[in-house]
Amino acid sequence: MSRRRHSDDSDAHLLEERSWECEDQKADSLLADSSTSSPLQRAGAEVPCQNHWVVSEGGVVQGLSARLLPEKLTVYTTLVGLLNARNYNFGGEFVEAMIRQLKECLKVNMYNEAVHLVRFLSDLVNCHVIAAPSMVAMFENFVSVTQEEDVPQVRCDWYMFAFLSSLPWVGKELYEKKDAEMDRLLSQTESYLKRRQKIHVPMLQVWTADKPHPQEEYLDCLWSQIQKLKKDRWQERHILRPYLAFDSVLCEALQHNLPPFTPPPHTEDSVYPMPRVIFRMFDYTDDPEGPVMPGSHSVERFVIEENLHCIIKSHWKERKTCAAQLLSYPGNNKIPLNYHIVEVIFAELFQLPSPPHIEVMYTTLLIELCKLQPGSLPQVIYKLVFSPFEQLSVPLELGRLTKPEGDKSTNSFTKSHLILFFDRSDCLTQDLEKPKPKFVREVLEKCMRLSYHQRIIDIVPASFSVLSPANPVCIYKYGDESNRSLPGYTVALCLTIAIKNKASNDEIFSILKDVPNPNQDDDDGEGFSFNPLKIEVFVQTLLHLAAKSFSHSFSALAKFHEVFKTLAESDEGKLHVLRVVYEVWKNHPQMIAVLVDKMIRTQIVDCAAVANWIFSSELAHDFTRFYIWEILHSTIRKMNKHVLKIHKELEETKARLARQHKRRDSDDDDDDDDRSTDREDGPLEEQIERLQEKVESAQSEQKNLFLVIFQRFIMLLTEHLVRCETGGIDVFTPWYKSCIERLQQIFLQHHQIIQQYMVTLENLLFTAELDHHILAVFQQFCALQA
Amino acid sequence: MSSGGTLSILRSDSYAELSQYRDQHFRGTRYDQERLLRKSCTLYVGNLSFYTTEEQIHELFSKSGDIKKVIMGLDKVKKTACGFCFVEYYARGDAENAMRYINGTRLDDRIIRTDWDAGFKEGRQYGRGRSGGQVRDEYRQDYDAGRGGYGKTVQCQ
Repeated sequence: MSRRRHSDDSDAHLLEERSWECEDQKADSLLADSSTSSPLQRAGAEVPCQNHWVVSEGGVVQGLSARLLPEKLTVYTTLVGLLNARNYNFGGEFVEAMIRQLKECLKVNMYNEAVHLVRFLSDLVNCHVIAAPSMVAMFENFVSVTQEEDVPQVRCDWYMFAFLSSLPWVGKELYEKKDAEMDRLLSQTESYLKRRQKIHVPMLQVWTADKPHPQEEYLDCLWSQIQKLKKDRWQERHILRPYLAFDSVLCEALQHNLPPFTPPPHTEDSVYPMPRVIFRMFDYTDDPEGPVMPGSHSVERFVIEENLHCIIKSHWKERKTCAAQLLSYPGNNKIPLNYHIVEVIFAELFQLPSPPHIEVMYTTLLIELCKLQPGSLPQVIYKLVFSPFEQLSVPLELGRLTKPEGDKSTNSFTKSHLILFFDRSDCLTQDLEKPKPKFVREVLEKCMRLSYHQRIIDIVPASFSVLSPANPVCIYKYGDESNRSLPGYTVALCLTIAIKNKASNDEIFSILKDVPNPNQDDDDGEGFSFNPLKIEVFVQTLLHLAAKSFSHSFSALAKFHEVFKTLAESDEGKLHVLRVVYEVWKNHPQMIAVLVDKMIRTQIVDCAAVANWIFSSELAHDFTRFYIWEILHSTIRKMNKHVLKIHKELEETKARLARQHKRRDSDDDDDDDDRSTDREDGPLEEQIERLQEKVESAQSEQKNLFLVIFQRFIMLLTEHLVRCETGGIDVFTPWYKSCIERLQQIFLQHHQIIQQYMVTLENLLFTAELDHHILAVFQQFCALQA
Repeated sequence: MSSGGTLSILRSDSYAELSQYRDQHFRGTRYDQERLLRKSCTLYVGNLSFYTTEEQIHELFSKSGDIKKVIMGLDKVKKTACGFCFVEYYARGDAENAMRYINGTRLDDRIIRTDWDAGFKEGRQYGRGRSGGQVRDEYRQDYDAGRGGYGKTVQCQ
């Protein structure tokens, strides 16, 4: 009954090696030492026939495979296969446990784990644990989800993905047993894929150009890969299949039928994975001397990428282990592994809405990889970084690219590398707002932040000096004798002396009283109305005195906090403070960012003021610079964290009250005085009420922040579009492209919060009257969870 | 290729663990100290160049999260930077990521080292070496341009 030829011995040997990675002491005890020729077979023989012990092994194995080492799936399915051959009941209970776990995962929105469970189940068909027809039946139920009405497309997408992505493992077997049913499933798949919406795609693509590497939507790409696999008669050569070595044992095993599986229904709380675009940077033309890279529509490519992603997911906390595991991925001599690894890492870095892990993990991982492969890996990275540099139209994730560049530039690159970088001399002949020169300027600025200005000047060739960052010095308008005539000059001098003599806040106030108010008519008579000159004199002087370092400036903000709060009481006051900070420190964006951060945290300004300031005309010149967006996103994040923090406090207080009730109920309660219970609950209940109000007010502030930001974007973009239309000029200027992408970035980076506001956004801001260019962004965003 | 034999290896997070070092000047029991280290959001950063600025440190360490405070280590006598600092984050998770991904990387072309700190207290910003800098600069024999040249005892010879 052996239905396929044995694979070569290397599979069995690999199984021996890898079976040692089946952790947990109980599992360890199953495995014989490596001196035996077929340890797993012996392992099968050693399993006692007590079902409960054996099922707990199953728990271990399945837990390991699904959650920790999905890239070693076939090792574990083989183990289960052998155990099933020995003990039929074990197999049955194992399968049942897996199905239960699958249902649980789907209920709690753990879709990535669920995919691995489905794949594990399908590979169990290959190990004779599950009967092929019952697997096909399960997939039929998956595919029929696409017939459901009134469900989000992303739900159908997931079930389709779970089906298709298991086929590289089990397609052959299923097709051999049930070709008619499979054909039907595949044609249903095709018709679903044809009719599904792809509005979301432009928003998720990293590069806008499709040459030389098309950026495909993930399901489209997978479907092409499966179609090719089918055309190749389901011959798949990349996956290591240890069970082939044990075919003689496994084919004697009795198989189980999967119980009929009904996908859990869609609920309000269901949150499905967002669609993706597959990031591709390399193909078979890269590394012509090495092994050929599998084509973008080959199923091998899919499997390799899946497994590499899994390795990163398993070992992301341990950078050295992760690097070692990636580099020891099997098949190193048959595939250009370094290229795959670099492509997968950058795919994650560039993933939209956001990378699965913190960005600095990827750069450090790349450094570790370079340490292990100093002769070959750095070149692959250059290739990846330089080629998009060549085809830079306006990649959305220009920002992301500067971060790894900045890190790597100071961490591993030397002066000679940077010169290579600058060899692309055409970035000089272009307008400095064009992507290439802009990119270089931003990278140099990032490099400067990690080193110092003179170093950058030394490194950058003279011909490129126009791209160098400005010397980050402070600009004090009252510094020069020649500015004597400026209003407020004398007060500034006074203030300087007073502060140096450790004046108190009150003394400062009295000095400032002498500053005339240019808006005298608007003075409401209280003496502390908005006086821009007062703010200017005070902030300029203080920041100048504290310019030495961040710590000096922070101390200054803290010491004169009261003065700041008073001067910046009104909205106009807050805006003006920000303006003056910019005027003083416009050469030192990093300083602006940390000052704004501190001022928000100490409540000198609020988040909405920062948002308004960023969109103000004074900042228009710097609007496309990266530091502006760093500040805005950081501001939004602070707002979000603030809301979460208060919410958490509220939940904790509610829990305390509940515990108090519980304790009281379980205590002696025959003569409970109503009044005393109220007295006990009183303070906590008051606290809860206060926190509830706080939460509501914070949430309303948060919503307002997003509304302000979107409103300003719409105003800015509409202005530009109208101007272009009436002037007959092309809309797609570098500024416009940058601005539209920044709008997209707001949606993507904070998508979870923004989802709450969809109705308001649709009714208030992104209405049908809006220019279609702007509305498209909103519609693409809606399509991400539709 | 085998990564080891136990489940714990797969769950391992070695970069974020406590090191063997314990500050001998810590006031309190070993137990207290370790309790504080395990919930600390503050890192000690060592092997900095004397010329590395707060701004550079802020930029590098911001990669793992929002920084609450940077306190530069100072020579007790000269009151100038003497090659170490403390970085305090708002959230422990951000400090953990710094231990995982910034520890052992370069700043000003030097490999820097981070370690958990029980928390800044006034006075701890000063070097504890006899000459005012860090102890390690008292006795070292090598020449390190970024850390004042030769060690202090060598300089006095």
